[in-house]
Amino acid sequence: MLLKVENLTKQFEGLVAVSDVSFQVGAGDILAIIGPNGAGKTTVFNLISGILPPTSGKILMQDEDITCLKPYQVAQKGIARTFQTTALFDQLRVLDNLAIGYKLKTTTGFWSTIFRTRGWKEDRDKCTQKVLEVLGFIGLAEKTYSLVSTLSQEEQKRLAIGIALMSDPKIILLDEPTGGLIQEDTDSITALIRKMKKTGITVIIIEHKMRMIMDLADRIVVLNYGEKIADGPPEEVSKDAAVIKAYLGGEYIA
Amino acid sequence: MAVRLFFKEKWFYLLILAFALTVPFLVPGRYFFQIIIMSCLYAMATLSMNLILGYTGQASLAHAGFFGIGAYGVGLMTKAGISFWAALPVSALLAAFIGLLIGLPTLRTRGSYFAIATLCFGVIVSIIAGSWVSLTGGYTGVVGIPKPTPIPFPVIGKLSFNSLTAQYYLVLAFLLLTLFVMHRLVFSLQGLSFMAIRNNEALADAVGINTFATKILSFVIANFFAGLSGGIYASLIGSISPSTASYMLTFNWLVYLLLGGVATLSGPIIGAFAIPVLMENLQFLEEYRLLIFGVLLIVVIIFSPRGLMGVIESVWNKSKAKNPVRKAGGEYAAEGGKPDQAI
Repeated sequence: MLLKVENLTKQFEGLVAVSDVSFQVGAGDILAIIGPNGAGKTTVFNLISGILPPTSGKILMQDEDITCLKPYQVAQKGIARTFQTTALFDQLRVLDNLAIGYKLKTTTGFWSTIFRTRGWKEDRDKCTQKVLEVLGFIGLAEKTYSLVSTLSQEEQKRLAIGIALMSDPKIILLDEPTGGLIQEDTDSITALIRKMKKTGITVIIIEHKMRMIMDLADRIVVLNYGEKIADGPPEEVSKDAAVIKAYLGGEYIA
Repeated sequence: MAVRLFFKEKWFYLLILAFALTVPFLVPGRYFFQIIIMSCLYAMATLSMNLILGYTGQASLAHAGFFGIGAYGVGLMTKAGISFWAALPVSALLAAFIGLLIGLPTLRTRGSYFAIATLCFGVIVSIIAGSWVSLTGGYTGVVGIPKPTPIPFPVIGKLSFNSLTAQYYLVLAFLLLTLFVMHRLVFSLQGLSFMAIRNNEALADAVGINTFATKILSFVIANFFAGLSGGIYASLIGSISPSTASYMLTFNWLVYLLLGGVATLSGPIIGAFAIPVLMENLQFLEEYRLLIFGVLLIVVIIFSPRGLMGVIESVWNKSKAKNPVRKAGGEYAAEGGKPDQAI
């Protein structure tokens, strides 16, 4: 197992946002986390990526305990993420945004930057190479020099995924990557996620669009009021009585 | 091709350099020459302030404090008989080191809290300079600071710094050094990390940038150059007092930066030269000058938050956007193009 979450609990004052949640993700899988609003999905992401410290429980990446690491250290372990409200460097251009995502792969610091040492130049060339590769992968090559503010919603969401891909992560956490998009755009993002899976990247995704997630996910974890109420392949989960009651209701007919 | 200017950028820079080198033959008088020399020093200070405030987005208002630390360092050391060329780097490093100590607690705060904390530190520096009489001479300050130690040359004799021309070339050399370091930093992944923190600190953190260490680095570099310019100032002017570290200076530089252009390399220099020169030429308006600058500042902040260079840059970029072919063919993200286009 690539990532293991064991008995994760997060309390905010009196509120239990995440309660004793455990799940595992195998390498190359797409795991979906679903649940009604306020079920604790984003909190789980924030706990994994180090933005919030858990109250108790453990997070293991390839059997290494990463529970109390800072966000930038978690990123260095190979876990990248996107945010629910699309987070980008909106003062900068598309290629600058991507280049920043490569920073953690470089070793150069102040002196090598000033003297443009051989190591610095190698990093620069590798970074350029990677930027071009990711631009092609996310299909934004034509927008290389555009300012982020001139991109469409869907392009911005692809760019956010692109930034995460720059560091060659083992796992990528996508928080509602198609939130607020129309069906056509949702399909293009879904296709991008499938393409990522093909390159061997493990994906954990939070989504509300049931039809999309049932097609896409290898496994689904269902949260409700911070607790895990189901965990299994899509067919199984969609027939689970507790899930239908809590979340799917009449909306999804399996 | 639209607005493509008639020359290549490189020729443009060489032209400016050539002009800078001929300044001593063009200045009308000693008084004006002195203003130009001060502008060079203040341009250094403003450029370095731009690194932490403009590029990294952390509004440090302690800049004159570090300028003062550099000035007192050089003033006291050279009066004790130490060579200027040893005292200057030591003083600048001292400013950088104190910057590290101050940055460790204050850079954990954000936004206005950081501005207030650094402003307080700046005030404390000038109070210490005024009160530690046995070391700093109190409010009378340090006087009779020797000019930079002459540099001996084997054949021609030695290069002394008694003439304004020699002093001008000295400060010009240091200004170019500052500009060189800032240019290398800004057009690199390191510079992009600074801008990433300014733009979206949470995302910068999430993509693996150690934001705290990066902010510290920016703050320390900025304070090194503040100390450096302060050290040269002390030696050229010959006397310093607590007002050398006064927060009023910080706010002057802030005005240069805002009017010239935040987060641009040319903006701070243009601001540091244009505003003092304008001030001199508007002498006849007496105190009303400040009124004019006040209104100008408000107008600029409302209509062009990135100052004069911000306007020029956006026009420049629009012309470039119409002609994307020129930029095609994957060059390094932060090189060549301007990575800081609009706030």
